[in-house]
Amino acid sequence: MIYQAALADLDQILSLINGAEKVYIPAETAQGEANFTEYKPGLKLSTKLNTLRSAKDFFFPQIQPLAKFRREGKKIEIIDHRKESEDFVIFGARACDVRSFKVLDNVFLADPVDTNYQTRREHATVVTLACTRPAETCFCGSFDIDAAKPADGDARAWITGDSFYIEPLTEKGEKLVGYAKDVLKEGGEDKVEEQVEKTRTILAKLPLAELKPVDNREKELELFNSPKWAELSSHCLGCGACTFVCPTCQCFDINDFDSGHGIERYRCWDSCMYNDFTLMAAGTPRLTQKERFRQRFMHKLVYYPIKNDGMYSCVGCGRCLKKCPIQMNIVKVMKTLEEDA
Amino acid sequence: MVREELIPQLGVVIDIRQDTPDVKTFRVVGLDGKKLFEHIPGQCAMLSIPGIGEGMFSITSSPTNTEYMEFSIKKCGCLTSWLHAMDVGQEICVRGPYGNGFPVEGFFKGKDLLFIAGGIGLAPLRSVINYCRDNRENYGQINVLYGSRSKDDLVDYQEILNEWMDCPNTNIYLTIDREQEGWDGHVGFVPNYVTELNFPTTLVPIICGPPIMIHFTLEGLKKLGFKEEQVWTTMEMRMKCGIGKCGRCNIGNQYVCKDGPVFSFDQLNKLPPEY
Repeated sequence: MIYQAALADLDQILSLINGAEKVYIPAETAQGEANFTEYKPGLKLSTKLNTLRSAKDFFFPQIQPLAKFRREGKKIEIIDHRKESEDFVIFGARACDVRSFKVLDNVFLADPVDTNYQTRREHATVVTLACTRPAETCFCGSFDIDAAKPADGDARAWITGDSFYIEPLTEKGEKLVGYAKDVLKEGGEDKVEEQVEKTRTILAKLPLAELKPVDNREKELELFNSPKWAELSSHCLGCGACTFVCPTCQCFDINDFDSGHGIERYRCWDSCMYNDFTLMAAGTPRLTQKERFRQRFMHKLVYYPIKNDGMYSCVGCGRCLKKCPIQMNIVKVMKTLEEDA
Repeated sequence: MVREELIPQLGVVIDIRQDTPDVKTFRVVGLDGKKLFEHIPGQCAMLSIPGIGEGMFSITSSPTNTEYMEFSIKKCGCLTSWLHAMDVGQEICVRGPYGNGFPVEGFFKGKDLLFIAGGIGLAPLRSVINYCRDNRENYGQINVLYGSRSKDDLVDYQEILNEWMDCPNTNIYLTIDREQEGWDGHVGFVPNYVTELNFPTTLVPIICGPPIMIHFTLEGLKKLGFKEEQVWTTMEMRMKCGIGKCGRCNIGNQYVCKDGPVFSFDQLNKLPPEY
């Protein structure tokens, strides 16, 4: 069932939802980039295609406190300060980012379950906003993600001209629409279908529309040994920007911070592109940037799919295409590997 | 909330033994004086001192020991230096057990075993050797070939002399890299000693040691006619979570912390040689 409202009423809809649960929407920052921001009445939903930071922060924050410790003499005290998450709404994530949650689920919800991730995931309601103006750097279609009519999330929404449409996909989605039932009216199927067709026409014309990943699960060793990695990685600075903006990159570090008033153990994002990532007392198995670069892309395109029934650890959001300072990216890697296959 | 795997439990160090100039063995129990958890030989645990660091170590005691766990640790970094400096009675954070462990109830059962270790590489195998000694009827001949830089660097030397040497149907072969006063045993590197002794290919070799030793020992075993699928080892990689999530210990599609650390060489050969 699709519900509709005038776009001018979106603020009222968000207000009604916000009355029940915290809502986060993509809003523009002072720097002119969109990022998820806690909704307050009047805060405008960004018209930008996507947020600078991916939506993975909601479930896998950049810094996640794990536990507190006190250490005095030979005594240690462990303080488990985890809290159950409150219900919240991610309103307006794009189809690529919402698919990335499934990629992360396969890691964090695998046994043993990551409880910090799990509680946020369970308490979140996700509204996926269909794209109407996909960019040249978009290639979510390569991973069978439909940006015109998103399949993932608790509800999917469309904004066309001066109208807003929302369709619940799960019970959580129904509940969310229920909060705003005074403003939302049933109907709008044909308008939505019209928009879906329009967007699909644009998607088909995108420069990366034909890009398809090759199932290379049987070729793990062959691709690992490909001479192409040297050339592909030759200019990589090892800055790790790609891993930080990536919605599916999930590597983390665990460290302790001693404030003088107690010790906080936290985990934070890390990057396989960094030279100390695998450094041990005896040295590192990934000696140069070539090995680190290869690890990142082999993981996304070969290792992860081997472990997860062929699912890739890339959702085609295109952030790394925009942010890499040397214009290297997963698309170039996919194309090069394809030549090899 | 349900238990979070990344939050450790508390243990206490009840004994510290200086094994070699740079290896100490730490005996750990829970605060209630009981063993913290059960494990399979070859599994590891994360030890940490808050504010200092956390690291993955082999559990070197056998699961047949019902009273405590032991960890033999070489001093080589920030955390291990701290551990070496601490005293008995120090509380310590422990989580685990992690990894697959050796197939002591599977592939190894009923077989003649050949343990080959170099230096601190004996530590992960000690758990298996003692498990097999304590379940002696389930295994055939036990052979241990162990080498170190010098006599003083042989980990668990007293246990080897006093207990392993007396075990029925067990052969102990010790070697040190260079001649040393007071040593009348074999002198030479482990890989060479392995080929000199010309072991029959009916044995199941289990290797642990520095990468270079593992490499040449495997070459030697292959020359003797051993097949890769009968030779086992335990891998080392940097680890942070221990549960296959932090992305650090990948070898190809395998996580050493969860899918390993124990692999047979034919399993390893199917993976990228990045270790």
